[in-house]
Amino acid sequence: MLSRVANELYWTGRHFERAENTARILDVTYRNSLLPYQLGEPGLAWAAPWAVPLISTGLATAYYRKHPVLSAENVLRFMLFDASNPSSVFCSLRAARESARAVRGAITSEMYEEANASWLEMRGFDYDHVQRVGVQGFCDWIKMRSHLFRGVTFGTMLRGEAYHFLRLGTHLERADNTARILDTKYHILLPSAEDVGGAVDYYQWQSLLTSVSGFEAYRRIYSDVITPRRVAELLILRRDMPRSLHACLTMINDTLKLLCDEQNWELERMAGELHARLEFGRTEDIMRFGLHEYLVDFLERIYALASEITRRFFAPTA
Amino acid sequence: MLERGLKQRVTALNAFLEDIYHDQRILAEGRVPRERVLGNAQYRPDMRGMDVKGGIYAHIAGVDIVRAGQGEYYVLEDNLRVPSGVSYMLENRKMMMRLFPELFATQSVRPVQHYPDLLLENLRAVAPDGGDRPTVAVLTPGPYNSAYFEHSFLAQQMGVELVEGADLFIRDDTVYMRTTRGPQRVHVIYRRVDDDFLDPRAFRADSMLGVPGLFSAYRAGRVTLANAIGTGVADDKSIYPYVPEMIRFYLDEEPVLNNVETFRCYLKEHRDYVLEHLDELVVKEVHGAGGYGMLIGPTSTAAEREAFRQRILAAPEKYIAQPTLALSTCPTFVESGVAPRHIDLRPYVLSGKTVNLVPGGLTRVALTEGSLVVNSSQGGGTKDTWVLD
Repeated sequence: MLSRVANELYWTGRHFERAENTARILDVTYRNSLLPYQLGEPGLAWAAPWAVPLISTGLATAYYRKHPVLSAENVLRFMLFDASNPSSVFCSLRAARESARAVRGAITSEMYEEANASWLEMRGFDYDHVQRVGVQGFCDWIKMRSHLFRGVTFGTMLRGEAYHFLRLGTHLERADNTARILDTKYHILLPSAEDVGGAVDYYQWQSLLTSVSGFEAYRRIYSDVITPRRVAELLILRRDMPRSLHACLTMINDTLKLLCDEQNWELERMAGELHARLEFGRTEDIMRFGLHEYLVDFLERIYALASEITRRFFAPTA
Repeated sequence: MLERGLKQRVTALNAFLEDIYHDQRILAEGRVPRERVLGNAQYRPDMRGMDVKGGIYAHIAGVDIVRAGQGEYYVLEDNLRVPSGVSYMLENRKMMMRLFPELFATQSVRPVQHYPDLLLENLRAVAPDGGDRPTVAVLTPGPYNSAYFEHSFLAQQMGVELVEGADLFIRDDTVYMRTTRGPQRVHVIYRRVDDDFLDPRAFRADSMLGVPGLFSAYRAGRVTLANAIGTGVADDKSIYPYVPEMIRFYLDEEPVLNNVETFRCYLKEHRDYVLEHLDELVVKEVHGAGGYGMLIGPTSTAAEREAFRQRILAAPEKYIAQPTLALSTCPTFVESGVAPRHIDLRPYVLSGKTVNLVPGGLTRVALTEGSLVVNSSQGGGTKDTWVLD
């Protein structure tokens, strides 16, 4: 397959998934912002819930260059509609559609129609629309478009190289985003020390689980109170939880096995190693190492893996 | 009769191209004026002395034919650069077979759907030596080109890659495409990019569509381009009047297909005649295409004729004129019902090991009542065309 075509397919998958996960991060932020919460000290502006999506996506600097003040409205405008923010939902859906259009011959017409329709609808929305339908309502719409695209891909596309590159992009982006969402909890400082393990803490974990469609699964598996240790286990190590890091790496690893030949040994090794760490990892070790530290390390590894994929498949020159 | 005439014409045009880029015998003998060829903007001096595989320049030729007067066929023009529209021929047939299967059951219409196979076979036949399984690719300017549908359609039908300039790179005068399994050599490029944009190093430096170094690889005989570079000189309207002469010169045969009588405004007596009879003639720019820059005498206004008179006087070598042909018509379903509309026919002639064509072509129809302009860029339509056994 042509490198350009593979690259566009990979990014179609990534951009759609990114739009969905941005919606999920904004959703959890919105839920958190509704919890009773006062800044303990005026200097701790970073701790405010609306700073979290900016920090976890690495966009804080870009945001403050445009908006001197942190506010829900500004963050929503920046993350949903800002054409100068390449990770905004607006840009993600546009890029997904542009990539799909560039490789129209390699995907099914239903997939292109769906990518195109998502972009055309997104283009017609603005912040007023979000206020009308509510933040959660709008985030649900974005998630639904992503579900539709994934469903039509699953239901119509030939299981060939094209499909594998698209799914590779989807799962790489999802692994990255789940780690970032899980890490948001680290950035939310609790108003006071006695709240750790208290009601606010509990609701924060609960909204985090809900944002990754994990609350019901948690209840079913553990039928018990929410603890950070179990949340980490569910979202990192559980193989049967479709947004967990382990599930994503299983998909990435399996897909790469189908795409790689003997020249790509290093790529297979990196994915295999990362997968093995999740397959055989233990929650106690993660918690002892520090959840935040673990996630930062994971994000670095995912980034290295993505770079190697780009180097191997999309930029062969010699 | 048409088939024989088309093969004859395309064979002569290829011989002409090989000649003018080599010995220039036809010019030496004065059968075609030297300055018309060598002074033509479409003539590529870079191609001089270079041997192309099989001596074929125009691998794919679209010859526009009309029926006029008493029913004789005339060649309106030759398209030797990147003739388009063949996908419409194939799609039209597909639609007709779906909508009117009963007609096909009773009429024994000769099939055209094997065109992509024939094209692939012809392209493989002109691969440079050394490859036993030559790789063919279709080079497109990209999705923003109006013919992109056709490019991707043909690539898909032939089962070959559809590439853009950035997908290819040159190493040691050899063309490779970038694939997920590493570089893969390309032997034949069916290019749908104009000469000027093929290689920013050799031609237009601002081209984003080309491949740097492609021309050098081409000159080294490491890749075949279809069509060859520099074919435009032979389908230029100022060269068109000499095609019957080429057939006599190279093939020693009489032309089967008629040319339309053409007045060349750079010749004084022709010019005088044209200026006298502007209201009867069709005047065209020699480099024009797509039905633009034309004056259709009988339907023109006095002001338009005067404007063209000035333009002809200012640059006579840029214009030719032809009698207005009474083009044949075909019953066509339009808003007011079924009515006659003017048509022309473009069969596609392929040259590889042999010269061949599928029994059919693209019929273009002028949808405006009375109009003689069939170009799709000017709102023309198309029709399925049948050759019966």
